[in-house]
Amino acid sequence: MWVLAGIALIVAGFLLRFNPLLVVAASALVTGLAAGIDPLAILAAFGKAFNDSRYVTAIYIVLPVIGLLERHGLQQRARELIARVRGATVGRLLLFYFVFRQLSAALGLVSIAGHAQTVRPLVAPMAEAAADLQSPERDKTDESVPAMAAATDNVGLFFGEDIFIAIGSILLMRGVLEGYGILVEPFELSVWAIPTAIAALVIHGARLLWFDRRFRT
Amino acid sequence: MIGLPFIYTIAGVVFAAFAVLSALDRSNAKRWGNAIFYALIAVSFLAGDLLGDVGNGVLVLGLVAIAGSGAMGRGANLTTSAGERAAEAARRGNRLFLPALVIPAVALIGTFAFKQFPAWFDPRQTTLVALAIGAMLALAVAQAWLRPRPATAFEEGRRLMDGVGWAAVLPQMLASLGAVFALAGVGEVVGEIIGGAIPEGSVAGAVIAYGLGMALFTMVMGNAFAAFPVMAAAVGIPLLIGTYRGDPAVIASIGMLAGFCGTLMTPMAANFNLVPAALLELRDQNAVIKRQIGTALPLLAVNIFLIWWLGFAR
Repeated sequence: MWVLAGIALIVAGFLLRFNPLLVVAASALVTGLAAGIDPLAILAAFGKAFNDSRYVTAIYIVLPVIGLLERHGLQQRARELIARVRGATVGRLLLFYFVFRQLSAALGLVSIAGHAQTVRPLVAPMAEAAADLQSPERDKTDESVPAMAAATDNVGLFFGEDIFIAIGSILLMRGVLEGYGILVEPFELSVWAIPTAIAALVIHGARLLWFDRRFRT
Repeated sequence: MIGLPFIYTIAGVVFAAFAVLSALDRSNAKRWGNAIFYALIAVSFLAGDLLGDVGNGVLVLGLVAIAGSGAMGRGANLTTSAGERAAEAARRGNRLFLPALVIPAVALIGTFAFKQFPAWFDPRQTTLVALAIGAMLALAVAQAWLRPRPATAFEEGRRLMDGVGWAAVLPQMLASLGAVFALAGVGEVVGEIIGGAIPEGSVAGAVIAYGLGMALFTMVMGNAFAAFPVMAAAVGIPLLIGTYRGDPAVIASIGMLAGFCGTLMTPMAANFNLVPAALLELRDQNAVIKRQIGTALPLLAVNIFLIWWLGFAR
């Protein structure tokens, strides 16, 4: 039971707004000690896993080119482009992006879009421009529009990618089941991701169109 | 063969450039904190495999010490003004999108094309390799067209990186915490608790415990991949598949998606939830999560229903 102390520490640390890196390191130490692991072995296990997961941090290599293009007006251009599309609204724009993201993820193309590659330079400024058109007097400190753009990217990715048979989660499920002597084909697993994908499209799509009501004038 | 080492070398060089530019940024009162933080990430990318496990652990402690002591800051924005940008956007027109679209285009082509050359490209890493090559090509195109000073792109990249700050390594930290949790047997304990809470003889009760358990444990771990083996061992395999004869493909597949609903609702999934808030320069770091709950909760209910309906149809 004591190994759960690390989880309690994480929850408390996030709620009390300590620096999350500090909280995570402390939680690892507490959890390891509670399980009777030697402090040096905890440090080694943590270091090894950190080194093995460097690929998550590699995405920042796109920042120099994104920053350079922003310097030369990329976000402003994205705004102007949307301002010229008749009938463009935040909800419709994000729904269009959602469908694109979900379909491309279902084909295994998970890296062609993302928060650094597309949301920050293109989708978020376009969504803000659409909201400005819908409601010119809207509260400029309102963060719901860029936040909804990021949320739409996540939902589209999560509930599209599992339809692709060679994605990591499919391989993991197959491996776990195989360990218990249950054999399933990747194709069967990916087919059963389709009902949820449709439900995600219906639920999030409806929320996006409903979101437009905020910007009625 | 081009694979992760190639990507890590590029990332190491980019972070080394961020470190040098941070050290030179006199407008940032905490420039040395930023410089050392980025330098440590550069060392991790360039030489992580040579440091050994304890060495990497010490490197992490360095990152934690800098972030935890509040030694990182942001410099003044030495970039173009909104007015200058609008004027340039009007002058350059839609061609501004072309370099930005090089990244997804190369990622798209590379994902398919690189698989044809398994001797040259690591077939397991084609998407990441294609993304890295796309980013470099886009930078080359933008550089040739816009003709800024060579350091300018990295200056602008550092500006965006400072906005993310220490949150950049939080996803990696949480993945490592997951490894320690696994070593300490946290999953088994959680699995026992949830397994013990299920009313006997009730298929629906077991399905609900499984679906909610996936979402909740994913929220704790920040990752459905860590929750799946635990919930499969505690409920999915012995009860749903074993005792109640459910369809393994449905139970696994939709169970994982129930976990993804949890990912949408937790700050522990930092790369999806906290990093975008930082990248978009939002004041509320939980703004993205707040927008996602309205989709995640109904979708979780749908997933639990689908497991019950589709998994036990026979």
